[in-house]
Amino acid sequence: MLRFITSRLLQSLLALFLVITATFFMIRFVPGGPFTAEKAVTPEILRNLEAHYGLDRPLWRQYLDYLGSLGRGDLGPSFKYPNRTVNEIIGDKLPVSAELGALALGFALVIGISLGTLAAVYRNTWIDYVASTFGMMGISIPTFVVGPLLVLGLAIHLGWFNASGWYGPADRVLPAIVLGFAYAAPVSRLTRGGMLEILGQDFIRTARAKGASELRIITHHALRGGLLPVVSFLGPAVAGILTGSFVIETIFQIPGIGREFVNSAFNRDYTLVLGTVILYAVLIMALNLVVDVVQAWMNPKVRLEG
Amino acid sequence: MLRPLTSAFALLLLALAAGCGRTDQPPAAPGSAPTTAAAASAKSGPMIWRVGNGTEPQDLDPHIVTGVPEHKILMALFEGLLSENPKDLSPEPGIAERWEISPDGLTYTFHLRAGAQWSDGVPITATTFVRSYQRMLTPALAAEYASMLHHVRNAKAYNEGKLTDFSQVGFQAVDDRTLQVTLNQRTPFLLKMIATHYSWYPVPIHVIEKFGGLARKGTAWTRKENFVGNGPFLLKDWKPQQVLIAARNPRFWDHARVRLDEIHFFAVENQDSEERMFRTGQLDLTNELPVAKIDVYRKEFPDSLRIDPYLGLYFYRLNVERPPLNDKRVRRALALAVDRDSLVKNVTRGGQIPAYSVSYPGTAGYTPTAKLTGNIEEAKQLLAAAGFPGGQGFPKLELLYNTSQNHRLVAEAIQQMWRRQLGIEFGLRNEEWKVYLDTTDARKFDLQRGGWIADYVDPHSFLEIWTSDNLNNDTGFKNPEYDRLFAAALAAPDDAARYAVYQKMDALLVEELPIIPIYHYTRVVAMNPRVQGVYPTLLDNHPYKYVWLRDAAR
Repeated sequence: MLRFITSRLLQSLLALFLVITATFFMIRFVPGGPFTAEKAVTPEILRNLEAHYGLDRPLWRQYLDYLGSLGRGDLGPSFKYPNRTVNEIIGDKLPVSAELGALALGFALVIGISLGTLAAVYRNTWIDYVASTFGMMGISIPTFVVGPLLVLGLAIHLGWFNASGWYGPADRVLPAIVLGFAYAAPVSRLTRGGMLEILGQDFIRTARAKGASELRIITHHALRGGLLPVVSFLGPAVAGILTGSFVIETIFQIPGIGREFVNSAFNRDYTLVLGTVILYAVLIMALNLVVDVVQAWMNPKVRLEG
Repeated sequence: MLRPLTSAFALLLLALAAGCGRTDQPPAAPGSAPTTAAAASAKSGPMIWRVGNGTEPQDLDPHIVTGVPEHKILMALFEGLLSENPKDLSPEPGIAERWEISPDGLTYTFHLRAGAQWSDGVPITATTFVRSYQRMLTPALAAEYASMLHHVRNAKAYNEGKLTDFSQVGFQAVDDRTLQVTLNQRTPFLLKMIATHYSWYPVPIHVIEKFGGLARKGTAWTRKENFVGNGPFLLKDWKPQQVLIAARNPRFWDHARVRLDEIHFFAVENQDSEERMFRTGQLDLTNELPVAKIDVYRKEFPDSLRIDPYLGLYFYRLNVERPPLNDKRVRRALALAVDRDSLVKNVTRGGQIPAYSVSYPGTAGYTPTAKLTGNIEEAKQLLAAAGFPGGQGFPKLELLYNTSQNHRLVAEAIQQMWRRQLGIEFGLRNEEWKVYLDTTDARKFDLQRGGWIADYVDPHSFLEIWTSDNLNNDTGFKNPEYDRLFAAALAAPDDAARYAVYQKMDALLVEELPIIPIYHYTRVVAMNPRVQGVYPTLLDNHPYKYVWLRDAAR
């Protein structure tokens, strides 16, 4: 186990290094820069600006400088927001996205697993069809449709919520439902598939033969194996959901990190682009590692090998 | 097929939300009609103006920021030597209570009012202004808008590091309450610039020095716990990417006139979200209104729809060095074949004014008399004379625009007009904003969509762009006569003489057509009718000390 984790960590470090290097150079080769503006600045002022941020040095030198400050945990200053550092921006915004993500994930898991399980147990009945329809809709109707629709009904017509914002607890409800809905759908479909496979197996029949109740069979015997596909889906999904959603955060004006991913690239805010990419990469790697460990615990057939 | 499904699903979610959505928190803004909701929430308590303000402000340092959302906020937090008249933005007394201009137009003397002070009580003197401008011009600070001060004697040389002795720059504190500004040459619009543009605001030198010094960018002095300003409002709170709250400043010299208690500037990037916030009463004024909503508002909320003139021009740049656009007849044919009336009526739909000249009609008393006139027949003849009868043999050129639904619609409409009227086929190319700026700057285009919003209310701000060495020209248009007129205008003894020269420049532009003017901008927003004191000014600036809300307390 320890050997497995150590070797995975080393692999991850190497991958992270490659991600940083590729991102660093790719964003530099994109046309336009952080100071490209509609109203042109004079060449002298542009030179001063570049000197201020060290952009006048050779690129390889800037790359080494960046790696050096990264080693000290410093992600650098933001180009777009001069009085904030990238560390601060991530520190401010990641918790917001993570809170929204956690709420949405809770919603997705409760709805998705219940519906998926019901669909598997009552397969080919109307319950199954309703659950499958729900799953299809969640996958095919994008959040930028669901979000405004809910705002129209619940905020504008009924006046229960703010149309957007992130001030009080009530402001969490709509975005969490919309984001959760997008994840509930695949969770319910994966649960149904996993449960169907498990419910057809011998040990379930044995349990039935021993007279265990249907509820006990599902909660004590089937779910552990039936949720395996969901768990492997959750690794990348959790990384994605915790680091925010550009669409949801834009629709609901949430000060999360998801918008920074996209806007930093538009702004050519080099350091913020790198900061968000590194954050996402680290989360993906860490969560995939956790998923592997959890899967081994859930399914004795999986062995951890380095 | 999709409709019943969607509504069934909406019902399901409604049911879900009804179950788990209730919290103890009462909803912030109940009701659906904007007026009732807003009025109900404002009857008691302080007078708060809630404004959609576009993107998150970069910073609050007048020497650092460059955008419109920042400008809107700085107008509340700072005041310069002069302030703006709420109706036409002409200069009014600010920190300076009066001023004189020397007969040669080169020396401006400002007399500062007694008792002018920062929000922490530190007095504002002529030295404060001199040191502020020195900071703005310090090369190491790399202020992007430092060129706004380059009209002042030796300011450019100091800014470029060619001069290190600031006492040779034309800013002088004669005494605590007298500031003298000496210029390189006559700058007839200087007072308008000082009244309107934030690069001329003073900054709290005594605070900035505490946080890393004057020459450093992005220090902590603009954080909410450190910030000091001198405007009608103070910085009360700043939640990045959410809201910035400005509250009335009791140390502001004219605070008796200020009627609003607070202004809440909401950072709202998405037009549709903003419009929904307006409808729930979360906002009294939006930053924009989606084009698709304009007709809805005309019908359903006509009191809330607001369309004001806006000192900007939407145009197509022509690369006049590339054949066949180097031929004036071709440029004129293209310009004549654009049906501007149909375009603003059917495509942009926001009351835009069809543009037949470069300058905006009625800019500080100036209206260009030379207009682009002619008909399709003339356009066809010109094209034939240039060697492309009926469009035959015309090379396939490309029209570049930045990726946006609205620009695409305009480009497609014009593409079709040229095809139908002249028999010419154009390609359309869209590029992401910064790529497009890069392409424009390198002049790697045939035609390019351009836009220009004036920095201050004076025809100068449009006409200066097309001089030979202006950095924003980007067309390759170099005309010695135009450059000569430009210099002559600045030397003119008064505005009447200056405007007479501008008439010649405008006539030259519609003759030479380095750009095809398409329409003059308007500002289309939703504003709650209870907001008072917001007049249609050409720059969408609304000096906040004159704004108030009807039906609110106080």
